[in-house]
Amino acid sequence: MKNISFSLRKGEILGIGGVAGNGQDELLACLSGEALRPQDRIKLNTMDIGHLAPNARRALGLLAAPEERLGHAAAPDMSLTENAMLTGMVRKELSRSGFLDWPRARAFAQEVIETFDVRTPDAQSAARSLSGGNLQKFVIGREVLQNPSVLIVNQPTWGVDAAAAAAIRQALLDLASQGAGVIIISQDLDELIEISTNFAALNAGCLSAARPMSGLSLDEIGLLLGGANAAA
Amino acid sequence: MDLSSISPTLLVASLMVAATPILLASIGELVVEKSGVLNLGVEGMMIIGAIAGFAAAVGTGSPIIGFICAALGGAALSLVFALLTQFFLSNQVATGLALTLFGLGLSALMGQSYIGIKPPASAKLDLPVISDIPILGPVLFSHDITVYVALALVAGVWWFLKYTRGGLILRAVGESHDAAHALGYKVVKIRIMAIMFGGACAGLGGAALSLVRVPQWTEGMTAGAGWIALAIVVFASWKPARVLLGAYLFGGVAVLQLNLQAAGVSIPVEYLSMSPYLITIIVLVAMSAHRNKTALNAPAALGRAFHASR
Amino acid sequence: MLRLEKRPNPSKTWAYMAPVLAVFATMIGGGIMFATLGKDPFEAIRTIFYDPLFSEFAWYYRPQLLVKGAPLIMIAIGLSMGFRAGIWNIGAEGQYIIGAICGAGAALAFYPAQSAFIFPTMIFFGALGGFVWAMIPAILKTRFGTNEILVSLMLVYVAEQLLASMSLGLLKNPEGFGFPGSRNLQQYASAHNAELWTGTGIHMGVMFAFIAVIFAYVLLARHQMGFHIRLTGESPKAAKFSGVNPKRLVVYCLGFSGALAGLAGMFEVSGPSGQISIDFNVGYGFTAIIVAFLGRLHPIGILLAGLLMALTYIGGEIAQSSLGLPSAAIQAFQGMLLFFLLALDMLTNFKLKLASAGSHP
Repeated sequence: MKNISFSLRKGEILGIGGVAGNGQDELLACLSGEALRPQDRIKLNTMDIGHLAPNARRALGLLAAPEERLGHAAAPDMSLTENAMLTGMVRKELSRSGFLDWPRARAFAQEVIETFDVRTPDAQSAARSLSGGNLQKFVIGREVLQNPSVLIVNQPTWGVDAAAAAAIRQALLDLASQGAGVIIISQDLDELIEISTNFAALNAGCLSAARPMSGLSLDEIGLLLGGANAAA
Repeated sequence: MDLSSISPTLLVASLMVAATPILLASIGELVVEKSGVLNLGVEGMMIIGAIAGFAAAVGTGSPIIGFICAALGGAALSLVFALLTQFFLSNQVATGLALTLFGLGLSALMGQSYIGIKPPASAKLDLPVISDIPILGPVLFSHDITVYVALALVAGVWWFLKYTRGGLILRAVGESHDAAHALGYKVVKIRIMAIMFGGACAGLGGAALSLVRVPQWTEGMTAGAGWIALAIVVFASWKPARVLLGAYLFGGVAVLQLNLQAAGVSIPVEYLSMSPYLITIIVLVAMSAHRNKTALNAPAALGRAFHASR
Repeated sequence: MLRLEKRPNPSKTWAYMAPVLAVFATMIGGGIMFATLGKDPFEAIRTIFYDPLFSEFAWYYRPQLLVKGAPLIMIAIGLSMGFRAGIWNIGAEGQYIIGAICGAGAALAFYPAQSAFIFPTMIFFGALGGFVWAMIPAILKTRFGTNEILVSLMLVYVAEQLLASMSLGLLKNPEGFGFPGSRNLQQYASAHNAELWTGTGIHMGVMFAFIAVIFAYVLLARHQMGFHIRLTGESPKAAKFSGVNPKRLVVYCLGFSGALAGLAGMFEVSGPSGQISIDFNVGYGFTAIIVAFLGRLHPIGILLAGLLMALTYIGGEIAQSSLGLPSAAIQAFQGMLLFFLLALDMLTNFKLKLASAGSHP
């Protein structure tokens, strides 16, 4: 990744488009805190968070949903309850002086399942027993229900059936309208065109300057994706 | 303390013999790991080879039959490992350990009646004039056949991996078993063959210990040689020529410390005996500290189970 | 043709059944092995499994179950934490030895004084010794990325040499008539790890083993650390995503298992074994690996597996004297047990299906 710089406002949905392999995973890892690099400068509400680990960022309201559902966003052989504990420990107060509150985690998982219509027998089913769409609804829903101030998602509707995809997009729109900032990294241009406020293109590790979505034509988007106007 | 009593020629000659068992085990394990499988059972396969070879040699009076049986024994035991890890998809670390523990126990069992017996001596190279050349003679031309077999094996593996199609396929399977499978190669079959080759080599190495190096049978006589072989494969960055270097280095340390003990050096015997193991650790650390170079050489699919999901 | 199909949910029934079936399979396999050695398989199996518990001398053998089982359980509990997280401490035998040396050394430093403080000091140093020995692979792994399997294993051989050196040198009994070995701690009242209730075989080590089981159970089920350990083992990327610090986990797991192994060594040298000698270590550190897997890395499972292993040790000793069965047979038997367990374990995550010829895979 080279010299990426952007800013996000409350209620804004920033769509970052780009063909796979241009640095999407790396960008998310840097933002979520999984890849800590000393040269990164990230500020949340004027507070420097570039040196903070994932859970410290979660405490401040920065949540993320990686692209890989099974094996990254969720542990395949663990139950949905345990997967709820995976990221919800901090913001949903599922841990008291190191001891885990499993009944509360289960209730949280249940809440996600009900709110986002995740089709599964119960919260104890293993993550790998869910269909792609349902698991994605769970993964995104898990983050949305934690009231983030910033949510970053990577390929939120990839490999997901149409109904689930629509539900996910609506959830992201609702989240933004409640005042959170959302960053969507996606290869699906239609999706980005549909819900983004602003658009930027990720090409070979360089991010173009963000432009309002409403003013962009398809040609301009194409050019941006190809690397024009990249922030050098 | 009389360091002058240590003869460099004899030192080099004996280090080549000392290194041979480990060399055989290491080169076999290199092939196994190149195919993407981590077999921690080298110690078990070596010791089974040691007793199988010993028993066969004593029983038939022929060391060659001993070596053949050792290879077969090692390969048979490795087949159990292959079955468990390739068909039953068991954890490779745990299975390798089980192999070692089982091998140690089984060999002790089989070896009950062979303690204290001398095996038939195996052939030594004895070329009329060449073997008598002052320094090169003992070092290069008077060794037991096993030393030459081991060297030939290393050369053979190097050539196989670098220049044959089979070697290329093996490496492909070790780098990405999914890609190799998609290309139509039988990943499981190739791995099983690699595992059995590794087992046979380890068995040969064990027999080299019990029939040539020592030569005797004692319970647990490998004393960690199998583990050191694993370390040497890492040290060698999975390259055959470096395996030779590593094995000879280790053989050198082992023989040197024995010589130092005999020369009456004032360091207590136990600390000298520790030295090969400590040096192995230091070497391992040095290799992993240069992570960038070695990591590029480890087969990418090493240790991961393959399950055809189609 | 048999085909393997991945189960959507791991099967709970098989998780319990696999170890039980493995034991039965081993009895059959072991029976065959004994038969080829010329011993009556049924008598051998009966001697190993039934006699220690129910024969006329069982009152003597049953306490031995706890004596032999305690170190196995303690070490295995420590190992299971690391194994769950993919951290392979194979050098528990070495940590066991160093813990024994440190514990005995601490005691002998006070000799011949008697005090209630000596035993706790021994406990401290025993755990510390094992902990420090395990820190070597831990630090090498976190700082240089060196494989902990090989380092911890090499250190076993180093520890064995240290043991020999201590028996012949620093810790040698000055009143031992020149024989190698330290003073017998069983005769040093303050340092003796005595039976707490006569005839039960329960000594401090046994108590600590039970405490370790409970501690591990609570840790895994209820504590954040346990969750992180499980997560790292199942899905390292998800663990990182969840905020687990992999280096800290390596240090905790190796340190914990090292301390427990060291404790086991210390309790053993001050109790059942008695003195530091060249052949003090009998392979508990390696057998504990089998116990850990047999118990499916679960604290209660390990408790049962440890008692089962102890049973095979004791039964094996009886078979040795009454049937002439060589002791190595038991080692092979134990290795076989692990094999069968690993094979059957697959069935928790995969289903065997008969695919009829001609059907598409």
